[in-house]
Order: sequence, then C-alpha cells, then structure tokens
Amino acid sequence: MPLKLSLASLAAVALLAFVGCKPSSTSDATGGQGGAVTLLNVSYDPTREFYSEFNRSFTSHWKEETGQDVTIEQSHGGAGKQARAVIDGLKADVVTLAIGYDIDEIAQRTGLLPTDWQSRLPHQSCPYTSTIVFLVRKGNPKGIRDWNDLVAPGIEVITPNPKTSGGARYNYLAAWGYAQRQNGGNEQQTREFITKLFRNVPVLDSGARGSTTTFVQRGIGDVLLAWENEALLAIDELGAGQIEIVVPSVSILAEPPVTVLDKNATARGTLDVANAYLQYLYSPEGQRLAAKHYYRPQEPEHADPADMARFTKLERFTVQDEFGGWQEAQRKHFADGGVFDSIYQSK
Amino acid sequence: MPAAAVHSAPQNVPSARVQAATEDSPIVRWSLIAISVSFMALFVLIPLAAIFAEGLRKGWDTYLASFTDSHCLAAVRLTLLVTVIAVPLNLVFGLAASWAIAKFDFRGKSLLVTLIDLPFAVSPVVSGFIYMLVFGIQGWFGSWLADHGIQVMFAVPGIVLATIFVTFPFVAREVIPLMQEQGSEEEQAAITLGASGWQTFFRITLPNVKWAVLYGVILSNARAMGEFGAVSVVSGHIRGRTNTLPLHVEVLYNEYNFVAAFAVASLLALLALVTLGLKTLVESKLHSH
Repeated sequence: MPLKLSLASLAAVALLAFVGCKPSSTSDATGGQGGAVTLLNVSYDPTREFYSEFNRSFTSHWKEETGQDVTIEQSHGGAGKQARAVIDGLKADVVTLAIGYDIDEIAQRTGLLPTDWQSRLPHQSCPYTSTIVFLVRKGNPKGIRDWNDLVAPGIEVITPNPKTSGGARYNYLAAWGYAQRQNGGNEQQTREFITKLFRNVPVLDSGARGSTTTFVQRGIGDVLLAWENEALLAIDELGAGQIEIVVPSVSILAEPPVTVLDKNATARGTLDVANAYLQYLYSPEGQRLAAKHYYRPQEPEHADPADMARFTKLERFTVQDEFGGWQEAQRKHFADGGVFDSIYQSK
Repeated sequence: MPAAAVHSAPQNVPSARVQAATEDSPIVRWSLIAISVSFMALFVLIPLAAIFAEGLRKGWDTYLASFTDSHCLAAVRLTLLVTVIAVPLNLVFGLAASWAIAKFDFRGKSLLVTLIDLPFAVSPVVSGFIYMLVFGIQGWFGSWLADHGIQVMFAVPGIVLATIFVTFPFVAREVIPLMQEQGSEEEQAAITLGASGWQTFFRITLPNVKWAVLYGVILSNARAMGEFGAVSVVSGHIRGRTNTLPLHVEVLYNEYNFVAAFAVASLLALLALVTLGLKTLVESKLHSH
C-alpha cells in the first residue's frame, strides 16, 4: 500500500524536523564567546545601504584587531515597528533607530538598557545626523521652494504616517518649527498651517521607504518630504532625470541614535564586540562611510570632500530646543488624542 | 461543449436539443465570454507575465545571480524547512480531525468544525499577533520561555507556528466532505469481518480518501510557502536568518533591487504554477473515483 508508506515517512520527517530544530534554536539564543560571533543590528528603513557597507568594513576591522570572525545580521523596517519588535522579544544586540523616543520606549518597557543610555556615546549617541528636505519632479514644475509652498491648494504632498514612522515625525516637526518661526510663535496659526499641509496629503504610507516608492515608482504627488539621505539615495538609485532635491530655508536636525542593549548582549556574550561596533561608527572610517551614504557625519574632516559637497548648508533646529525633547513632542503631538490626531481627523 | 452547438442554437429549438446553458443571443454570450477573458488577462495574466518580464529585464545572468545570493538561499532553505514541518503536521491533524468528525458522533462536534475554519476567517496579520500575545516576551508564556532559553518569536519555531495556523484547515476541509459522503458502511463491514481499528483505517478509510488528502496537502503546501502576513509579524525580518521567500521579496523591493525582487517573485510564481498543475491532475483523479 503506497500511501501507508508515504504517510509513515512524512510523519518521520516531521518528527526529525521538530527534533532537529530545537537544539539549533537554543544554541542561537545562547550564542558563544570564543570562536565566531554574530551580532544582530535592528535598524530603521533608510539605513539599509549604509549598514550593508559599514558591516563589511567592521567585520574586517574586528578580524584584524582580535582575530575573531564576526557576522552582523540586519533587520530593517519602520522605526516604530522595529522598536515594537525589540520590546516583544527580538534579541537585538544593538539598535540603530530613527529617533531617541523609540529607544526610550525600549528602555522603559523592557529594562534591557539603562534609561540614561543616550549619554553613553559622544554627540548624544548620534554618530551621524540628517535633515528633512523636499523631493520634487524634474524641473520643479510646481515651483516649490519652501515650506509655505506646500500648503497651496492643489499641491499633493507625500509623507509617511507620523504614528508609525520616525521620519514622518521629523517631517511634521520640521513643518511645525518653520510655521512657528513665520508666525512669531502663534500656535493657533501654526496649527492652521499644519492642518492645511496635511489636507494636501493624499496617502500616508507606514514607513519612509514606502513613501519614497509611492512618489518615485508610482509617480503619485508633487512633493515628497524625505530624509535628506533617503532623497539623495533615491536620486542615485532611481535616476536624476526624473526628480530633484529642494532644500527649504529652515529644517529640523534629525538625530538617529545608536545604542547597545546591554542585557541581550551580556546574555549572548557579545557585549565587547557590540560596544566596539558602535564605537567604530565614530571612527574616521565610520564617519567616511556615513557621509558616503548621505548621512551628515559628526566629524566632517574624516569624510571625502566630494561627499560633503552634496550637503547644502541650512539652519537646522533641534527637537530638544524647539519641542523640549522627544518625550514632550510625542506626548503633545503624536500620542492618541494629540495634535496630529485632531488635525488629521478634521481633514 | 462543441462550438457548433453554441453557434446554432436559435431560440425556438426544442430544449432537449439545446446544449447552450442560456437562451440568450450569441451577442450576449460572446460578450460575456469576452468580458471574462479580458478581465482574466488584465488582472491575472498580464501581472503574471510582468513578474517574469521584470525579473528578466537585465538578462538571464542577472536573473540567475539573484538566486545565488546567500540571503536568497537562506530564505529558500527556511521556506522549505517551514513547509516540511508545517505540512506533515497539518496532514496528521487534518486526517485525525476528519476521521473523528466524519465517522463518529460526539459532543461539541460542530464546535470543532467551526474552530477548524477559524484560520480562514481570521486575517493572517491577526493570527501573527495572537502568537505574539502568547509567546512574545511580554506575552503569557514569554518570561517562562525566556527563563528556559527558548526563543519562539522572531525565530524558526514562531514562523512554523504561524504557518501551521494559516494552513490548518486545508487538509481537513478537503477530506471531511468526502468522508461524510462515503459514510461508514465499509468500515463497519471491515470491523465485523475482524479487522482492527488501524487495519480499518489504513486499508479502507485512507485509500478511499487519498486523492482528497493529496489535494489538501498541495493546497496547504502552496499556502505555507507563500504566506506573508502572519509570518511577517513573527519573523523579525533578520536577513539570512528569519526571512522567508515572500519576506525576502519585500526586502529586495525596498532596497531598490527590483530585478532581484521580481526574480525571486517569479520563483514563487513558478511554485504556484507547479502547484496548480498538480492540483488539476489530482482533481481529475478525484473526479474519476
């Protein structure tokens, strides 16, 4: 009876697979000192290309320093979603996220790292910075020069959802900061400005990369609010013939921080290599690679001047000075029932 | 239906001779056919062709190179591993459940039937979150699992669990109706002739439903390989470790690597086409029995 045989063998395969998968997953969790070591870097959307090259550089650097083989695994996604995964148990050794708030959340909800994590590395744990710029169609047919051009009737603005995307929160706060300056701090007028701006948004993607593909690949919208690094990369990858960058008069200083998740790294025996990995971001080589991948390095003297020439000088205000820090900005603007909710619902 | 019959079916011919399904004029019939064919072409055939066209846009070499990338190979291995675990488990469960439901009467039977259908009714994303609530580090068993060094979420076991959940009903759903239709007379006869329970099952019940079982296995295999939503929630998206093939396609697409994304997507599409072929074959066997 052929079917009887195949049923028995299938059951055997199932059993083998189950038995076989258990030891491998437990050895994954414990990791090991000595020999080869793996690090898991949980990051946000637009850092894919940067870390892909940085990881190769660090791997050979670490091999030279210590003789140890290190493999760095990457996970990318919207910053809020990635933080959520770490909170739910994704065993990251280091996180390199878009905004400090998401790492604060990890610290508060899991205790995997101390709450004063941001003071552990230079420059508030931000080895590179960025800002928010506009991406428009070639030749800038709608004549978009600055933030106030975005609220004109009939302009379609593409930005991801501030509820799920770190980059989108920077977009929103940058527009808010600009409006506050224009209105001499009159918050009522600023709210009206932001309301008008979001009235011009036809679709909210969940992450920065999704918005870029909406704008560039699907050809929706007149202007994309984007990370400067994401905008420069999009022009490089998708052809300078279709799109160009407009740098507004003033924007926000985007500070994507990095940190080690102490408890995970200690449990897996990777604390030393994890710390060295993040230190290497501040090294001349790390700074050079950041600039190469369109991030503004903290120490520009290490970068290739040709890379630095791509960054336009502009005034960048900080979340700390303008909004009193991320906790405050989150509570007032993005929490449930916050300013963003009331603006978007009144749409 | 012969084409001639379609053409020569005037309205006043005695109904016994008319082979057409409707009495409507040829214009109506042909326009209906044209609409459904162009609808099929627009929404199924063209997108399917587009996947292969995009994947092959930079030639065969680039197309093939997409598969030799180590992350892609890891995704293939993981997808196969998950399928090889999930499908046999659902086969065993599906057979046991259908046997119990079709051949025996017991309390709570209709509840069991409803529960088997649950994964069809629940959105895959929700089923991913259900497992997160149960096995995630903040979930019910999270701290116990962590204390014992067992990683379920964001690792292979979680992906297997999510896949089992979404493919749960396929085998049972195919086999139950057939078993119910067949009734239990043959089994009763076997038992009165002195066959043991296992003998009855392997010699009577199983051979009677083998094509339906195979059909269910094929469907659940296809779904196991192609599942995105539930797996996306529990995977953690670690390249080379917890990315299955569908997740790998998304990663490639997000990295502007469109050729590779469509190449890998075409691999999934090929798997689907093979599945369809097998399904048609099994279907014809199923009907001839």
